[in-house]
Amino acid sequence: MREKELEKLKDYKYGFSTDIENFKAPKGLNEDVIKFISNIKKEPKWLLDWRLKAYNRVKVLKEPNWQKPKYPKIDYQDLYYYSAPKSFKEKPKSLDELDPKLIETYNKLGIPLNEQKRLNGIAVDAVFDSVSVATTFKDTLTEKGIIFCSISEAIQKHPDLVKKYLGSVIPITDHYFATLNSAVFTDGSFVYIPPGVRCPMELSTYFRINASDTGQFERTLIIADKGSYVSYLEGCTAPMRDENQLHAANVELIALDDAEIKYSTVQNWYPGDKDGKGGIYNFVTKRGLCKGKNSKISWTQVETGSAITWKYPSCILQGDNSVGEFYSIAITNNYQKADTGTKMIHLGKNTKSKIISKGISAGFSDMTYRGLVDISPKSSNSSNYTQCDSLLMGNKCGAHTIPYIKNKNANSNIAHEATTSKISDEQLHYCQQRGLNSEEAVSLIVNGFCKEVLQQLPMEFAVEAQKLVGISLEGSVG
Amino acid sequence: MENFKTDFEKTLRESNLSEKEIAFKNLNAKEFSKQGFPSRKDEDWKFSDINQIIKKEIGELKFYTGQSKGTDIDEDVLLSEIKHNKLIFVNGQLVKTDFSSEEKSKIEFLDNKNDTIDQSVENSLINLNNALANKSYKLLVKKNYQIKNPLIIYHVSNNKVTSQNINLKINFELEENSSLKLIDLVKDKGNKNFINIFYNFSLEKNSVLKNYKIDQFENNNIRYMFNNIKQSSNSVSETFYLSKGSTFSKNEITCNLKGEYSSAFVNGIFSLDKDKHHEIKAKINHLVENTKSYQLVKSVLENKSRSVYQGKIYVDSKAQKTDGYQLSKAILVDETTEFNAKPELEIYADDVKCSHGSASGSLDENSIFYLMSRGLSYKEARKLLINGFLVEVINQITDEPIKKLIKNLYGLKNEY
Repeated sequence: MREKELEKLKDYKYGFSTDIENFKAPKGLNEDVIKFISNIKKEPKWLLDWRLKAYNRVKVLKEPNWQKPKYPKIDYQDLYYYSAPKSFKEKPKSLDELDPKLIETYNKLGIPLNEQKRLNGIAVDAVFDSVSVATTFKDTLTEKGIIFCSISEAIQKHPDLVKKYLGSVIPITDHYFATLNSAVFTDGSFVYIPPGVRCPMELSTYFRINASDTGQFERTLIIADKGSYVSYLEGCTAPMRDENQLHAANVELIALDDAEIKYSTVQNWYPGDKDGKGGIYNFVTKRGLCKGKNSKISWTQVETGSAITWKYPSCILQGDNSVGEFYSIAITNNYQKADTGTKMIHLGKNTKSKIISKGISAGFSDMTYRGLVDISPKSSNSSNYTQCDSLLMGNKCGAHTIPYIKNKNANSNIAHEATTSKISDEQLHYCQQRGLNSEEAVSLIVNGFCKEVLQQLPMEFAVEAQKLVGISLEGSVG
Repeated sequence: MENFKTDFEKTLRESNLSEKEIAFKNLNAKEFSKQGFPSRKDEDWKFSDINQIIKKEIGELKFYTGQSKGTDIDEDVLLSEIKHNKLIFVNGQLVKTDFSSEEKSKIEFLDNKNDTIDQSVENSLINLNNALANKSYKLLVKKNYQIKNPLIIYHVSNNKVTSQNINLKINFELEENSSLKLIDLVKDKGNKNFINIFYNFSLEKNSVLKNYKIDQFENNNIRYMFNNIKQSSNSVSETFYLSKGSTFSKNEITCNLKGEYSSAFVNGIFSLDKDKHHEIKAKINHLVENTKSYQLVKSVLENKSRSVYQGKIYVDSKAQKTDGYQLSKAILVDETTEFNAKPELEIYADDVKCSHGSASGSLDENSIFYLMSRGLSYKEARKLLINGFLVEVINQITDEPIKKLIKNLYGLKNEY
């Protein structure tokens, strides 16, 4: 048995689970569970009302079904909506009080929570199932006036900010999964960068689903006030389980005048085994609002995990001269399915957006780029450039491109390009002739294919992502 | 829909059909009553909500055509520039057939051949067509026969019909090594009718189909045309759209490349103004190895007009060595116009070359400046640029006399 486990871990090294006592809300989705979550987090009344309002809408909404990857019906009554390590009933005050098992888990994942051990200067907020377990480098950040904490803490300590911005980009009247998240969200990160501050280090959240039968519903809210800058990283892993688990997070970004937010994701949820059993359903809503003039939001994502990825990080370019960018690499192997892309909604004048998407599919997988570029009549002198390239490996997989292009302004330009190809035999031959084996050759070529996007990632992430690209495609050629 | 039911029953009572045909029509009528006109909720009609458009432009639509009335042909609708065969439909009724310049035994035009074969198209407008088209015609080009002169199908309506639904269905069969040049010419004087035309093509080995659809003349009808093309090995289909005159028009084309080395070309021009709303939706299915497709669609939009291009290249996992290309470009001349595109790729084979591109924007100010500095007025410069932009598509036409004809009709000089 043990050997079998180890064998499995070779494929997905984050697939272990932590044996820790959990404290859960009763199974199922109903008003009592929402009240329970709200109560345990000692939330103010307005937030409970907000959640219940969202819940009332969930009851009448239907799940969307236009996406390419179909999935078996999810029984929302058979999920736990809150799960926390038992030691968290009273939140530990410092790292010393934290359950050693948790610290060990994060060490294993390569995320030491102990600041002395960290040389790289990234502040981390670690989310374990439904709660945030630790946030590092708080003092350094506080000096600058930066708020970086879990959203539960922000609700207690900075209710005005939360009340003002929560739901301002993803309202409770949005689609099914976003609204479900609004009703039952448990934790997540909160970032506020005060005017004129350039955040001195990368901020990072690390999501980990551990308990079985749990849905993870985080809410991340990032506000960059006038003239500020922040770079934010997100990483995710989950243990290997045979059943599918749901991850439906909401991420809201708000950039005010002259502010810039850079949001990078390396998504490495458990993708399921070789036969497509198990894995995470990653149904995430990510949306950024360039509210102020000259603001900029840039999304970078490397998607290698999840059984089904279904997400469209979007930019609403409301402020004049605002800029939206989207860089994406999506890799699917075995029976993975991805339907991902972006939406660029141009509302302000002189707004610009750029989309670079690279999709790679291998095995029996299916990869879809779906995107929207919408330039409204008032958004004059705007422009968009889109490039989406797909790489296919084998003829059992699929690569699809579905762009929606709407130009309603005569002074604006939209250019869109897409290609689909495979790794040519010449390229492989050339590399192999020079002493690389076939897997190294593929990894090299694929990294070259993805280079434009990998360049956008912060240094340390880029290294990790490059390795990940290689690992995800192992065994797909030859 | 009440209207449809009573009109359909009336039409059925008056027609003289076999039981099988009645069953077929009933089935289609039932399907249409269930679905109704497509609306924005249908993904294929996302950008052109025909249900709303019919409500707004026509209001109450009449489905019952009754006995033919006023089907005289105005001689002035006929083209004299080019020698051709004729099929003339007035208000949806066939009034003239003329194949005098072809060998009689080689080309057959049959009417009253009611086919009851379900086309298995998930499209309620095709159901409507099947239910109401009073006759279904069939054109057969026999083995090894190359048509000498083009066939022009005149779609004429006169001012005796209004708010009427007109349905027409023709099946075309091109046997081995045959060829057909087909021009659809729209000449409408009728007002606010909904015209629904369904063509079914079957292209055998080595056959060549050239189809040019010309909607050049100003009219306020709503038009839907569907070309369903099935291609065997080595066959070629070329389809060209000049989409200009009607208030609303949607041209849909599906090419099923079922034989090796078959190829499909779809080219189109939108030249729109005055609140017009036109769409081309092309779907090319590459189903076997070594097939090729090429699509080029260009729009010039003025004065509150709107064009839509939905193009899809589907490549089956068996269809290695596919070559698929798709390009759509649009010039938005003024602030009130809108261009929507959905260029789609759905690919399941790895050894393929598929790409698409889409670009939209305003006229290039630098080019205008360049031309004006050489003495052209702003208007002339603009016209020159627009014509140059569109002529690239017309130059794709492979039949020289027809290319010349279309340039003439569009008002382009031959030097372009």
